[in-house]
Amino acid sequence: MNLIWLILLSVSIVFAIITGNLEPFTKSIFEGAKSAVEVSLFLLGIVSVWMGITRILEDSGLIYRIAHLFKPIISRLFKNIPGDHPSISAITLNVLANLFGLGNAATPLGIKAMQELDTLNEDKGTITFEMMIFIVINTASIQFIPFSVIGILASYNATNPAAVVLPVLIATIISAIAALLILFSFRKVLK
Amino acid sequence: MIQYVNYLSLLIIPLFILFTILYGTYKKVTVYDSFIAGAKEGPAIILNIFPYLLTIFVAIKGFQASGAFDFLRNGFYQLFAFLDIPIEVISMSIIKPLSGSASTALFTDIVKTTGPDSMATKMTAVIMGSAETTFYVLAVYLGAVNIKKTRYLVPVCLAADLVGIIVAVTVARLIF
Repeated sequence: MNLIWLILLSVSIVFAIITGNLEPFTKSIFEGAKSAVEVSLFLLGIVSVWMGITRILEDSGLIYRIAHLFKPIISRLFKNIPGDHPSISAITLNVLANLFGLGNAATPLGIKAMQELDTLNEDKGTITFEMMIFIVINTASIQFIPFSVIGILASYNATNPAAVVLPVLIATIISAIAALLILFSFRKVLK
Repeated sequence: MIQYVNYLSLLIIPLFILFTILYGTYKKVTVYDSFIAGAKEGPAIILNIFPYLLTIFVAIKGFQASGAFDFLRNGFYQLFAFLDIPIEVISMSIIKPLSGSASTALFTDIVKTTGPDSMATKMTAVIMGSAETTFYVLAVYLGAVNIKKTRYLVPVCLAADLVGIIVAVTVARLIF
């Protein structure tokens, strides 16, 4: 991340000087800061709501039941999660929310999953392999139906907006499998 | 079919919340107090995430505004000209992992300028549906638990994004 950030910023500044885009560049720094505040405020609301809901799941013990139920599926991929650990529930709920395109639920539940996975982390501050699997699954964004894309297509009178459903589904499944293969081969090579 | 799934999606969260509070009450949990106790964690989490978001957003916005983005896009376009890929697809491929709002704006613009049934629209629609805003996901999830050492996660994500875009373009070509 350090390298990417360094490259993004220094290349941008050099470009801004060469192309004379200094004013837009400086402005954009503050726009970036502004949108970080806006996104954080938005997240503050939805994350707090979902932390409230998941606390009820914890206090009622439902979170362990969900974990128990989905352990056989989740533990195939996440091999180092012990017993009916709450992270299994959080991962399951996040994946389900993603599948149904419920972005406002998926992100908070994903944060919950990361926190639960971090309780298993012996070296805090360093990512675990389970966390990497989880993030890779999330960046591959598996979903049944891309509602927002269909919505935009429909609003511009596309002949058949829903025609994207099948190709999106095929593409997202192939790229999710590919992403996991890349992750596992990185581990193998770097070991 | 779409309407049916859409309705189902709308139903999931309300039903899930209803089930959670009823089950909690059945298990003798004071659900109101539990919810408050959980919600109290929210601000601390966001406080962790905020600097991560800010750091990446500033770099991404700056990259777009400086003209470096346009240069990179034109470079890629010339490099891959032999593949006969619309320039819109190149733009989308670069912007999608960086910014969610910018990619939605770009997609809307592509639909508007090239038409809702153009090949560029179809290809970018598949990319929009099958890819995620990688850097946002990284900032939020890594920030939430204060991860500093990401090991080989970032190269994996970037490689996966590249493969994902190749897959999306290929699938769009084959089906449409």
